[in-house]
Amino acid sequence: MSKILSKPKSMKDSSTHYCAGCGHGIVHRLICEIIDELGIREETIGIAPVGCAVIAYDYWNFDVTEAAHGRVPAVATGIKRVAPENIVFGYQGDGDLAAIGTAEIVHAANRGENITIIFVNNAVYGMTGGQMAPTTMLKQKTATTPLGRDQKTHGFPLKVCELLSVLPGVSYAERVSIHSPQNIIKAKKAIKRAFQNQIDGVGFSIVEVLSQCPTYIGLSPEDSVKWVAETMIKEYPLGVFR
Amino acid sequence: MKEEIIFAGFGGQGIMLMGKAFSYAAMNEGKNVTWMPSYGAEVRGGTAHSMVVISDSPIASPVVREPSICIVMNKPSLQKFEPKMKPMGTLIINKSLVEVKAKRDDIDVLEIPATDMALKLGNPRVSNMIMLGALLARKDLLPIGSLSHSLKDVIPGHHHNMIAINEKAIMEGYKYGSRQICPKSNR
Amino acid sequence: MAKKVLMCGNEVLAEAAIMAGCRFYAGYPITPQNELPAYMSRRMPEVGGVFIQSESEISAINMVFGASLRGTRAMTSSSSPGISLKQEGISYLAGCELPGVIVNVMRGGPGLGNIAPSQSDYFQATKGGGHGDYHQIVLAPASLQEIVELTMLSFDLADKYRTPVMILGDGILGQMMEPVELEDSVERTADSEKKSWILDGCKGREPRKIRSLLLEDGSLETFNRKLQKKYTEIKDKEVRCEILYGDDSDIMVVAYGTTSRISRNAVEKLRSKGKKIGLVRPISLWPFPEKELRRIAEKVKSFLVVEMSCGQMIEDVRLSIDCKKPVHFYGRSGGGVPTEDEIIKEVEKIV
Repeated sequence: MSKILSKPKSMKDSSTHYCAGCGHGIVHRLICEIIDELGIREETIGIAPVGCAVIAYDYWNFDVTEAAHGRVPAVATGIKRVAPENIVFGYQGDGDLAAIGTAEIVHAANRGENITIIFVNNAVYGMTGGQMAPTTMLKQKTATTPLGRDQKTHGFPLKVCELLSVLPGVSYAERVSIHSPQNIIKAKKAIKRAFQNQIDGVGFSIVEVLSQCPTYIGLSPEDSVKWVAETMIKEYPLGVFR
Repeated sequence: MKEEIIFAGFGGQGIMLMGKAFSYAAMNEGKNVTWMPSYGAEVRGGTAHSMVVISDSPIASPVVREPSICIVMNKPSLQKFEPKMKPMGTLIINKSLVEVKAKRDDIDVLEIPATDMALKLGNPRVSNMIMLGALLARKDLLPIGSLSHSLKDVIPGHHHNMIAINEKAIMEGYKYGSRQICPKSNR
Repeated sequence: MAKKVLMCGNEVLAEAAIMAGCRFYAGYPITPQNELPAYMSRRMPEVGGVFIQSESEISAINMVFGASLRGTRAMTSSSSPGISLKQEGISYLAGCELPGVIVNVMRGGPGLGNIAPSQSDYFQATKGGGHGDYHQIVLAPASLQEIVELTMLSFDLADKYRTPVMILGDGILGQMMEPVELEDSVERTADSEKKSWILDGCKGREPRKIRSLLLEDGSLETFNRKLQKKYTEIKDKEVRCEILYGDDSDIMVVAYGTTSRISRNAVEKLRSKGKKIGLVRPISLWPFPEKELRRIAEKVKSFLVVEMSCGQMIEDVRLSIDCKKPVHFYGRSGGGVPTEDEIIKEVEKIV
């Protein structure tokens, strides 16, 4: 019998702290598989966000730095500008990228920095205890929207790919989802392209990954996946935006 | 020797350049010198000024509150700085653009039609150098040649074709200043 | 001897940084330090470095964070309100033990204040303006020539101790021109080979991580103790200060930066009148010259602290001498600059 599946070299031999059914583990693994496949593990510098993925460096088997909340694209800019030979990618959640770090992502994108951003959108804050994210759905109940998100007081779900797609500095922006095996395969393809773009010097690439947070969506892992498929995708259509 | 000088006028009259040219000349003559601009929003619109301190000993502060010398290129500058001058100071006024007289009687005043003279030379923008030439005639601060020498340092490379007319302006101002009667105490 | 040139302080600082091997600069325009980024925008490409006009002060300091962790000597500059915004990033530099040079060309505050020179960010600079148990080295030049010296030193200290270093100037030092010699020596460049901690890809070695997050029980306390040990070493080795007439003065004026220039002339004038006055000029504000002041306190009758603030450094003077001698204060604030005569008058009041 031959071994057909093994842990990517880019992944450390440790189990994650993520909740059961969380999407972060899947996205971590996709990134690591791609880094292995592209043979760039020894050139890669990853940037972990503030949020649930804050200790991603404990799972990734390549150089990783932290960044202050929302500042991943600025840190990435600093690294990539002084070392174009390194592959620099940022991993950000919805609070990190779309709330506190809005200025950083917009301007790194607008400058067309040759970096790769993986943006995990699960419509809620995890680390801090289930508060409203900028991408929380209307009527969605969270720790800070106990009656559901109301646009009158909380505004609307923020559509990052749509927003960035109008910027000429953006080379590639795609939204994918990981709610099914087929979609995971598509997500991997998109993330791979975002890395390949950097290798080819094409410029700023971002992949928004719709993901599930069973704990704070308040559903079972199975139902939370269904929620992404049936509810989230309606608000956040999949596809290539630029 | 220590003089605290204010160069003042409209933006566009070469006020900053005038102070810098003087400062460079002072440096090349081995003097202690500081130059300090008025900066920020106040540069636009009204008056612009720069402050220069020249001294034989180390200079503490480049900020000039009570100037011993004022070079004023327009009326607002005269109104702003004349009252602040030290007694026995020297005030040089661009007569072409300032129709009023200085009020103080405890200072030495030299009026010079700098803009008219500059026009005669063919470029109104060299009125600043005419004022500088007049200053060196009135006050024995630096050899006149040091000023011409500093022009290449303060005029940007692509404008070096302007050096000749600026040198001429310095000499015209110097000649004019030398012809005026000056109280001996100020020399 | 190098040729003397006439440049404004902001430009001198930028050129000195390049001489020190700084190859990354990010900044956001704010008066009165705008000549610095403008100069960098022209010079950095000439020396193969990177200049970025960032979207914010916050981004600028985080870009410095990124360039620094990759092993490049990096700098940002701003003025008071902008420096407030950078505090988060400075705390992260300290927490991740990354070098970085931050320039504060101080202006009047609080709030938007004004654009006039001031020294009212002393507390922020020396007491740890950001969150957490950290310090940054703070150097305060008093002349353009000293800007050259201290800027070059700041990059060396930042690398040596893996710590943020702040150069604390003010609107006068930034804007004024005075003759300065830019050292003609060979341009030094940071040797990233020597930095064993940088992230440059894990080729031939185990992956590294840079982080300040320490969640395991007791690990942050252990780390903070290590930081404190480093700070103790800095306090032992990196105090810099100039003392004038330390052995036969009744009154010691204490002032740094611009106010020390003015105080120096006041002191010399008083000396020429036979008055026994001296000057202590702290060059490093953190670490503060505590021992030097304590020693002087044994001999003098009192101190006069002169600042362009409502009284900030005076606290460190009092602490240094355990309040053993009276400490008087003369300060101007909100853009006011003390004159020699004002300082002389204050001294005469004490006499």
